[in-house]
Amino acid sequence: MAKAAAQVPVSNGAPTFYVTEEEHEHSGGSTMLGFWIYLMSDCLVFAVLFATFGVLGRNYAAGPSGADLFDLRLVAVNTGLLLLSSITYGFAMLAMEKGRQAAMQGWLVVTGLFGLGFIAIELYEFAHMIHEGATPMRSAFLSSFFTLVSTHGLHVTFGLIWLVVLMRQVARRGLIEANRRRLMCLSMFWHFLDIVWIGVFSFVYLMGVLK
Amino acid sequence: MTSYPEWWKLVFGRFTFEALPLHEPILVATFAVVVLGGLALLVLITRMKAWGYLWNEWFTSVDHKKIGIMYMILGVIMLLRGFADALMMRGQQAIAFAGSEGYLPPHHYDQIFTAHGVIMIFFVAMPFVTGLMNFVVPLQIGARDVAFPFLNNFSFWMTVGGAVLVMASLFIGEFAKTGWLAYPPLSGAAYSPGVGMDYYLWALQIAGVGTTLSGVNLVATIIKMRAPGMDMMKMPVFTWTSLCTNVLIVATFPILAATLALLTLDRYVGTNFFTNDLGGNPMMYVNLIWIWGHPEVYILILPAFGIFSEVASTFCGKRLFGYASMVYATVVITILSYLVWLHHFFTMGSGASVNSFFGITTMIISIPTGAKIFNWLFTMYRGRIRFELPMMWLIAFMLTFVIGGMTGVMLAVPPADFVLHNSLFLVAHFHNVIIGGVVFGIFAGIAYWFPKAFGFKLDPFWGKLSFWFWVVGFYVAFMPLYVLGLMGVTRRLNRFEDPSLQIWFVIAAIGAVLILFGILCFLIQIAVSIIHRDALRDTTGDPWDGRTLEWSTSSPPPDYNFAFTPVIHDHDSWSDMKKRGYQRPLAGFRPIHMPRNTGAGVVIAGFATLCGFALIWHVWWLAALTFVGAVASVITHSFNYDRDFHIPAETVLREEDSRSKLLARA
Amino acid sequence: MSRSQNHAEPHGEHGDAHGGPHGSLRGYITGFVLSVILTAIPFWLVMNDVLGHATLTALVIMGLAAVQIVVHMVYFLHMNGRSEGGWSMMALIFTIIIVVIVLSGSLWVMYHLNANMMPSDMHRM
Repeated sequence: MAKAAAQVPVSNGAPTFYVTEEEHEHSGGSTMLGFWIYLMSDCLVFAVLFATFGVLGRNYAAGPSGADLFDLRLVAVNTGLLLLSSITYGFAMLAMEKGRQAAMQGWLVVTGLFGLGFIAIELYEFAHMIHEGATPMRSAFLSSFFTLVSTHGLHVTFGLIWLVVLMRQVARRGLIEANRRRLMCLSMFWHFLDIVWIGVFSFVYLMGVLK
Repeated sequence: MTSYPEWWKLVFGRFTFEALPLHEPILVATFAVVVLGGLALLVLITRMKAWGYLWNEWFTSVDHKKIGIMYMILGVIMLLRGFADALMMRGQQAIAFAGSEGYLPPHHYDQIFTAHGVIMIFFVAMPFVTGLMNFVVPLQIGARDVAFPFLNNFSFWMTVGGAVLVMASLFIGEFAKTGWLAYPPLSGAAYSPGVGMDYYLWALQIAGVGTTLSGVNLVATIIKMRAPGMDMMKMPVFTWTSLCTNVLIVATFPILAATLALLTLDRYVGTNFFTNDLGGNPMMYVNLIWIWGHPEVYILILPAFGIFSEVASTFCGKRLFGYASMVYATVVITILSYLVWLHHFFTMGSGASVNSFFGITTMIISIPTGAKIFNWLFTMYRGRIRFELPMMWLIAFMLTFVIGGMTGVMLAVPPADFVLHNSLFLVAHFHNVIIGGVVFGIFAGIAYWFPKAFGFKLDPFWGKLSFWFWVVGFYVAFMPLYVLGLMGVTRRLNRFEDPSLQIWFVIAAIGAVLILFGILCFLIQIAVSIIHRDALRDTTGDPWDGRTLEWSTSSPPPDYNFAFTPVIHDHDSWSDMKKRGYQRPLAGFRPIHMPRNTGAGVVIAGFATLCGFALIWHVWWLAALTFVGAVASVITHSFNYDRDFHIPAETVLREEDSRSKLLARA
Repeated sequence: MSRSQNHAEPHGEHGDAHGGPHGSLRGYITGFVLSVILTAIPFWLVMNDVLGHATLTALVIMGLAAVQIVVHMVYFLHMNGRSEGGWSMMALIFTIIIVVIVLSGSLWVMYHLNANMMPSDMHRM
């Protein structure tokens, strides 16, 4: 289908109305764009959660506020972990480009560990807050805080599951085209989550502790 | 309920035998009919040994044409259910006067109007529109399937899953009593503690996943898989409106999903997003749901505009007047549809500045729509009009939709809206645009593309009968509601005190009965057409002298759609090909690369539906189990790399030869 | 736009897996360093209360976040106007418009609603 695009114009006055040269059509040519469109739709889920936080985020209902609850050092560590995982995923992609499967798998393991660390710290933070009585039920501020941050966390968790599945698939079948495509989709997903996190730490945590 | 032991709750959650509506004679009778009908169907399928056929050729099919047809069947089935609700409401309102309570108690009546709205929008209009897009778009752009065929199958079954939950609510438990958009705090845990709201939430959530993914799929298809030569400005108008519709789907259904998820959290976890306490704000829900809700009505109407554009140019025998302006109008509507949502709640109290902004944007959005009406009119001007059924729907649409559009502009004036808000005037308005626009469009589309899908035309007599019943029935049913609305009658009331109003409701009920005849005639039309299929046979593949690519292939099209991918030089490409002496290729076929059928979509969607059902009834173990099952089956499916195959050249040759014979007979 | 799309397709069909936009080691490192800086500044501003003015600090945080998002888009997601025949960029721009409408629209609508409908003593409930 694609090949003929260049030879569309009329040849010798008699127009061609169909393509005869139609060698290997690969399925999956639309995957990257399709996945990108899916990510854009995911953006809007986060847009709603951010908007909700923006509207309800100061409704403390006489309960604790962000300034009372947030430990920015913890958030800084978490941000660092996610940033590091982003660049290690980048290194994995570079290794993939060069066809170095073992190196790529190694970088993916490192990425996964950073991701796990991120989730662990987030869970610790949540547990700590809930222990202090700052539950999601306590106020609209806390409802929207927990929902926004844990939706991001859930995405990271699913990213981790996906990562493990993909590593297994690469181990089985090597860096075949289908697997490369999947790795690139996960790459987009992972970097996308990092971008969402920029919004979270700026809008929720940093601005949340401002008086 | 108290007599149930602890272990019962653990195993069956909230379910008790009292949840079965055995005390409602209407429901018991319905249930009996459904069970008997269902059993008869099952026996019939088993007798005909059709299970294997259905499973292999339809349920697991990744063919966009079959999936499109299945969407249409789902739409017809749900139309019957949604319309039964409408008849019951009209009946109730026609008799519940001056002390009479009618036959529907409020708790039942409230479920009916909620179910009617939910079903008609999500499970009738959406499947119809998605079905038509699924069937037509790949054919119109000269592709062999959609970009992600498996995803397409999965999306369909998720939509079915949502519909199954809504239907299940009829017999197990109850449905929401909140109106179709379920505003909190009424829909919150405090005021709607039952399972009805949870049916609503999970049905929409599950169907919504399907809709979003099918949106992604069709956007990618239209962008990436157009035949060579088909620039954006050579795309058929229906494909254009489909593109815009699916862009809207991708960019709004996540908003619905997130909003419903927040309400779900309020109900299940006890968070305070939309409650009255602890800083929650119910108005935020109204705000968010309409950010989805307004684009949603354009999701429904844009494909109808596309259908009418195709119909207009085909049956007037000339190019669509103002193709470019049609495209730009569609794109402008797509963007503007995001800037008008507040007109659904002018009365909420955001004040003059906010209301004026949204009032003005609402009036602006009627401009591109008006431009489209003129384009269709000018297409008809000096055309050789053939008054076939689709063309009749087009004319009925133009007359009806203009009235609906004008009452819409009236509602867009904030001070006027303060009078008309939530009145029957509003109800009349949106039925006017949805029936007069979307439903008429769908019927036009069905009449237009049916021969392409099945290889024979629909019987014109019963079609015209259905047409007249629908059009006359619509006016008889809804014009009285405009009158009542102007008199100040509000919507969703289950009985009335003022007997002078009754006559209008009786007229409206008569209109509903006329529409019932319209629906029956439509069903008869299909049955009659199947019986007389040989007389109605379309051997040419081009029964209407069509202008776009789908008419260049046989009716029904072969699995691979096109033996060779077409090359496009102009818009109205098939018309162009016919004019310039296109010769159908008869030899030199090559093997064609196609996606393979898979049952994974049915399995995953089945798990998701069960999971929703378990969550509705608080059966936590089943919810956890089915959730894990769904994730596991996704992962298992991802290990399957063997997803396509080649149709051998000999098969293609055989198919094409049989078409040559058909054409020779014609 | 449409022309270039058609020309892009010969690569697009199966080239995406190899021929799509890719970063280089340099690109990733540059992106990383920039992000670290752009993350460190707002944390530093807030944790040490450098500016001493909440609104100003908030504005600076928002600005830096916007810049950092662009950095990630360019260096990690390799966004440019050419990939997928410009459609990725088109989708992104459209999404940004919708996100801005959803965020600013909701805030605007709800702010006015609160101002009009809530008695002032209940406002901070």
